[in-house]
Amino acid sequence: MKIPYYPGCTLNTVAKGFETSAKEAALSIGFELAEMPAWNCCGATFPLTPDNLIALSAPAKVLSSARKTGESLTTLCSVCYNVLKRTNSVMKNDREKRAVINGFIETDYDGSLNVTHFLEILRDNIGFDKVKAAVKQPLTGLKAAAYYGCMLLRPFEDMGIDDAEDPVVMENLLAALGAEAIKSPNRIECCGAHLAMTNEDIVVKLSGTIMTSAVRNGAELIVTTCPLCQYNLEKSQSRVASDTPGYAGIPIVYFTQMLGLALGQDVDTLGFDKNIWDARPLLRKKGIIK
Amino acid sequence: MPRIGIFVCQCGNNIAATVDTKKVAEEMARLPGVVFACDYKFMCSSPGQDMLKQAIKDNRLDKVIVSACSPHMHEKTFRKASEAAGLNPYQCEITNIREQCSWVHHDKTKAAGTAKSIDLTRMTIERLKKNKPLKKINIPIKKKALVIGGGIAGIQAALDIAEGGREVILVEREPSIGGNMARLSETFPTMDCSQCILTPKMVEVELNEKITLYTYSEIEKVDGYIGNFIVQIRRKAKYVDEERCTGCGECIEKCPFKVESQFEMKLAKRKVIYTPFPQSVPNVPVIDAPNCPKIQKDKCGACAVVCGPKCIDFKMEDRIITEDVGAIIVATGYELMPNERFGEYGYGRIKDVISGMQFERLASSSGPTGGEIRRPSDGKTPASVVFIQCAGSRDEKKGVSYCSKVCCMYTAKHTMLYHHKVHEGQSYVFYMDIRAGGKRYEEFVRRAIEHDNAMYLRGRVSRVYEKDGKVIVQGADTLSGNQVEIEADMVVLATAIVSRTGADTVAQKLGIGYDKYKFYNEYHPKLKPVETVTAGIFLSGACMGPMDIPDSVAQGSAAAAKALSLFSSDEMMREPITAVVNKPTCNACWDCVTACPYSAIERDTVKNRDGVVVRWLAKVNDGVCQGCGVCVAACRSKAIDLKGYTDEQVYAAINAF
Ligand SMILES: Cc1cc2nc3c(=O)[nH]c(=O)nc-3n(C[C@H](O)[C@H](O)[C@H](O)COP(=O)(O)OP(=O)(O)OC[C@H]3O[C@@H](n4cnc5c(N)ncnc54)[C@H](O)[C@@H]3O)c2cc1C
Ligand code: SF4
Ligand code: SF4
Repeated sequence: MKIPYYPGCTLNTVAKGFETSAKEAALSIGFELAEMPAWNCCGATFPLTPDNLIALSAPAKVLSSARKTGESLTTLCSVCYNVLKRTNSVMKNDREKRAVINGFIETDYDGSLNVTHFLEILRDNIGFDKVKAAVKQPLTGLKAAAYYGCMLLRPFEDMGIDDAEDPVVMENLLAALGAEAIKSPNRIECCGAHLAMTNEDIVVKLSGTIMTSAVRNGAELIVTTCPLCQYNLEKSQSRVASDTPGYAGIPIVYFTQMLGLALGQDVDTLGFDKNIWDARPLLRKKGIIK
Repeated sequence: MPRIGIFVCQCGNNIAATVDTKKVAEEMARLPGVVFACDYKFMCSSPGQDMLKQAIKDNRLDKVIVSACSPHMHEKTFRKASEAAGLNPYQCEITNIREQCSWVHHDKTKAAGTAKSIDLTRMTIERLKKNKPLKKINIPIKKKALVIGGGIAGIQAALDIAEGGREVILVEREPSIGGNMARLSETFPTMDCSQCILTPKMVEVELNEKITLYTYSEIEKVDGYIGNFIVQIRRKAKYVDEERCTGCGECIEKCPFKVESQFEMKLAKRKVIYTPFPQSVPNVPVIDAPNCPKIQKDKCGACAVVCGPKCIDFKMEDRIITEDVGAIIVATGYELMPNERFGEYGYGRIKDVISGMQFERLASSSGPTGGEIRRPSDGKTPASVVFIQCAGSRDEKKGVSYCSKVCCMYTAKHTMLYHHKVHEGQSYVFYMDIRAGGKRYEEFVRRAIEHDNAMYLRGRVSRVYEKDGKVIVQGADTLSGNQVEIEADMVVLATAIVSRTGADTVAQKLGIGYDKYKFYNEYHPKLKPVETVTAGIFLSGACMGPMDIPDSVAQGSAAAAKALSLFSSDEMMREPITAVVNKPTCNACWDCVTACPYSAIERDTVKNRDGVVVRWLAKVNDGVCQGCGVCVAACRSKAIDLKGYTDEQVYAAINAF
């Protein structure tokens, strides 16, 4: 089974490990993430001003070209997922905006694409029980905290992947992989997102709360779906550590890296070496890798 | 030949700006049958009406047309004036040349407006020629009222009607009257104890001879119309004989089974045989059948053993009784949006996150803690309490779009009660803005802030979670621009006031309207605030929308006054615009019976001299018929006509066009 897939810029560059682990994991469960032929950047932000239609033209172009060859499109990056899915609902539900955008990018896209996240494929198309059955190296004893951030869940009406206030999809996946899923109260808080470029102090403060709260609740590792969250958390580690007595840092990994590991992929192909904070010593200690 | 008079109104400049009224009158004067035509600045003014009367007399007019504003505005006025001049009022017709003509035309040359006014008036002339004199319908009135819902609004209405000397039936769903007010501790803005001001009224209801109280009862079916409603009431089985029960409470004492108490908002348990609260009226327990093992599987029966007067009957069944009443007052009140709705506040799973109503029970001296503020999880006195206003209100996305109106006030009250009971305690209030519009309300809130040490923070709370026995509240203080985090012992949500579950079903039984939140619609929000579109049915209290006690009481009295004024005469007059069945052509297909939205059409029979049914016929009940005309359209054999709007009249108008 081939599933049309949109990587987005980050997964082709700094978050390479995210992509390779996902592709490999998919293969071992029996489907292929097939990269769509020609794609461009999604724009990386959904515009908050309702008349900023120009910002919707890039994602609309992606959607319209994906629709030409298929009925669905899957993403891994939370930001891409957010931008594509929300743009798709504008194209589907807002006749006026649709006409303007289509006119501008010279297409006639109607919003009929089904935009999904890789997590949804695992949960809804494959089923976590099947995933569980495919596990070769259970993550036994690993206390993993899922961190959702904002983009995957909100706004609820558009995203709808899970309950925006009390999501469970990642915890359920982690449990299927054999890990102990830790629920931290700050798991759906914002990491500071694009403020990384303009006000790092805020990012450090927000990311700090997320990480320290996960640690306080017993987590040994944080699992995310978003390259931007991953970057912000990792980048803040050292400053948080120096501000917070007793905090020694925590690895931040992509959920696909854990998935790949549990499905028995070679740890060297999962991009752990690309993370700033190396998770491998912890995994070794837990006996999950050698 | 009829003698028709035509009066064209200028309505100041409202009509005259785009219609040449003088020309319209001149044109009309030329038509056959028209013996008088003129225009005038304001026909509805006193001199205008006088002119109409004078013209009728001087010209011996037998039909008149006023070409003016919508008939909704002044049809009544001109029909009355015509009647005063000796005409049958239904020989006066209105042509709408304002809303449907002058206001929609902008042509200052007046050509279009004038031409259209001429056409419209000409059509009315032809229609009017076919008008027959009609007689108002007299309806007898049953001088007895039904009040549905025994909260403070319904209690007030029932007492006022009884005071006015009329009989009242008060139907309450729960085992006791009192409604939500019975749950409250003290009440803003005067801080008098809710029970102390409510209980005397409840007892008055019980003692008043004019009031028949049916608790544990619900409306099953409503038929009839203003002055003549026939109501079926389901008296649910209490399993206790009300007549013989002395209210000793022995049975409650001995019942070995407990379930969660709805009255205590799940903060306490009650027995399976119970009265909701000690001051219940009537003081007769009921058995909660689904939870009683005796009724379900014939085990136990302890209550029956101890009952002295032997009034427990496990075989009791629901009874349906029928009552005839002239007016109905609906006072079914409100519910609260459940805590389980709020994900950001823990979906009701955090024990120490409670609703405002639960706080009322904690603060009430008759509540589960005897009036001490102790939190549900471990019974500790909270050293700090965070109050979150607008939980679910003013939130179109996740809750309801409206403001619940009473929660700003009761939250201020809660901070006071908390401070009075826990002197060292600190309260925090997260608010969007403070809505304290009411007599002495703003002062009340200031008192909470200035004297009772409440810390008001303007902003929303994004998350509430538990940590080490505390409830952590994360929110924004938009005045200082800071994110705040408070480690509280307890959190109180001012949850939105919503309509009763099943409010729509009740409305459908009664034939009254409701809005998208299932709050009942008043006839007119300003001018008819307690009436409904169904004549004879009135509203009061929080079933119409969030409302505090003073307003609920005022409305209860207002609705009672409406019922009493209806009861002040033996008969009432109704507009005669109703459907009539042409007996020879009706073939009893009953399409009209299904079509009529008011159930005004009955299946009638024709009998021969020996009393044998020889024919079936549709028959319109004049009292119920609202003159909507649906049956006229539905009837395949054209056997139904609407008085005042007969096919003949309508065709005449169309042909004249
Ligand atoms: C936490 C809280 C605190 C408050 N504090 C104050 C305060 O301090 N001061 C103040 O002025 N106001 C206060 N209020 C508002 C007050 O509760 C209401 O104004 C008042 O209770 C409204 O009375 P009601 O009779 O309209 O409705 P309710 O009290 O809801 O009574 C309705 C009655 O109708 C019955 N009923 C419902 N459906 C049916 C049916 N189908 N058939 C038969 N019976 C039915 C119900 O059982 C109930 O007995 C507070 C509200 C809340 C939520
Ligand atoms: S029979 Fe039912 S109501 Fe009576 S004591 Fe037993 S459980 Fe309670
Ligand atoms: S009354 Fe106050 S707390 Fe309640 S919804 Fe209105 S503004 Fe919010």
